[in-house]
Amino acid sequence: MNPLQQLIAFVTIVTKEITRFLRIWQQTLVPPAISTLLYFVIFGSLIGKRIGQMDGFDYMDFLVPGLILMSVINASYQNVVGSFFGAKWGKSIEELLVSPTPIVIILLAYITGGVARGALVGLIVTGVSLFFSELQIHSLTVLFSIVILTAILFSLGGLMNAIFAKTFDDVSIIPTFVLLPLTYLGGVFYSIHLLPDFWQQVSMANPILYMVNAFRFGFLGISDVSLLVSYGMILFFIACLFIASLYLLARSRGLRA
Amino acid sequence: MDYALRTHQLSKTYANGVTALKGVDLAVAQGDFYALLGPNGAGKSTVIGILCSLVNKTAGNVEIFGVDIDRDFARAKSFLGVVPQEFNFNIFETPLQIVRNQAGYYGINRQTALTQAEKYLKLLGLWDKRAERAGELSGGFKRRLMIARALVHEPRLLILDEPTAGVDIEIRRSMWDFLRQINSAGTTIILTTHYLEEAESLCRNIGIINQGALVENTSMRTLLRQLNVETFVLDLEQPLTLVPASLAHNTHMVDPTTLEIAIDRDDNLNHVYAMLSAADIKVRSMRNKANRLEQLFINLVGQAPGNSK
Repeated sequence: MNPLQQLIAFVTIVTKEITRFLRIWQQTLVPPAISTLLYFVIFGSLIGKRIGQMDGFDYMDFLVPGLILMSVINASYQNVVGSFFGAKWGKSIEELLVSPTPIVIILLAYITGGVARGALVGLIVTGVSLFFSELQIHSLTVLFSIVILTAILFSLGGLMNAIFAKTFDDVSIIPTFVLLPLTYLGGVFYSIHLLPDFWQQVSMANPILYMVNAFRFGFLGISDVSLLVSYGMILFFIACLFIASLYLLARSRGLRA
Repeated sequence: MDYALRTHQLSKTYANGVTALKGVDLAVAQGDFYALLGPNGAGKSTVIGILCSLVNKTAGNVEIFGVDIDRDFARAKSFLGVVPQEFNFNIFETPLQIVRNQAGYYGINRQTALTQAEKYLKLLGLWDKRAERAGELSGGFKRRLMIARALVHEPRLLILDEPTAGVDIEIRRSMWDFLRQINSAGTTIILTTHYLEEAESLCRNIGIINQGALVENTSMRTLLRQLNVETFVLDLEQPLTLVPASLAHNTHMVDPTTLEIAIDRDDNLNHVYAMLSAADIKVRSMRNKANRLEQLFINLVGQAPGNSK
């Protein structure tokens, strides 16, 4: 395939992916808006008033960035794991495998589909948050770049999960037992300065902490960790997962006999 | 001769230790309509899987229109259209989406993809169903959808793995006509099927795989010529107690009113009828015991198509 044909194949897969999650918008776009609304009402409006301030900001303002990024993480991960495993399970992935589309194009297209859903869900949740908080923006560049990089990283995570999954149960194990605890303990709801020293050190091993703090920096201009380290961590994990995904797809792990 | 497909010592051993192919040498000429037959588990689908990259070969070489799949599999795959045995499209998508997207995976731009999709959906009688969910189509329409999808990029080699399984005779016949048309237009076709009348009716050349080895690879005409004996079933007007001595050498009594009689290719039916008349046996009706190709197939692999050992 020449580069133009590869671009056409890429656009075809991305269009298909976006069409898929828009077709089932009740399952893909509405639930994050509702769950985040509940977080805002319960943790922000009701409990948040009693908490007062966190790192010098109203608790609601402190909470918003973390909740937006949490929805981006979940949406991008769920999009790729659901779509890729569904295609594998229903064998429609063979449509792609028998075609001359290079593996790297398939990988990039699935990532782009995950990023598209992550970004759209992020926008929707940001819209919901405007009912509860007057958002201030410290750095649009940081906000935009962190959303995209985080969505890329978790799209890759979803793809890895889908490659290894053999049943639908396998698809839900990682989000439930890995992603959820890491997100909840990743500084979405609190500053790690509230933790004892030991647990602060433990938290530093959580990659989601770096993303949430970098994203919060984009809104509020504060972060528990260095922005440079955050970018470095995210890019490092993206590189690792990209190489691993490419390797597994090229080896046809779980796809070919 | 120019070949659409050549395999040399193609072998496959699966991770569980099962050897599915044992050095298969296959040659399909350009423009041919080739039947690849064999009982279940013989290795037909493994061959097809290797050709379209769904199965990794263990050893051997494959060339598709002269392109070695080990050197440039993407180019080799661009020549191929594959209709697999099992439905493998997204049941939530529409036929138009499925066929158009498949064209996109071959690098065909959206406008041309739409034109091509319309052409093949119309040719296969699916245009009126283009906006329905693929999962809600009947079995026959699903089969036709897979053929339309395989053809949308106009491949030079079309591989059909039991394309008419489970469809009624009317749809099957219309699919035969369609396949003959595209073969006449120059598309090489490799067909696997358990309906041997289908292979006999459509294909010019034939390969028979049994237990991972190619046991026959010749023209249909040559193969059918090998059939020296045909068995006919005779329904008698009156019950018999014993087969007359003059017929005993080639006749088997199934029940008192049914005889099976094996007739050499060099023999003629008049001679047989003369012997039956001499024995005062009146025949109500007569039919072939088996399709000719089926008889040969059983001779070669020791079982009927569709059965596994």
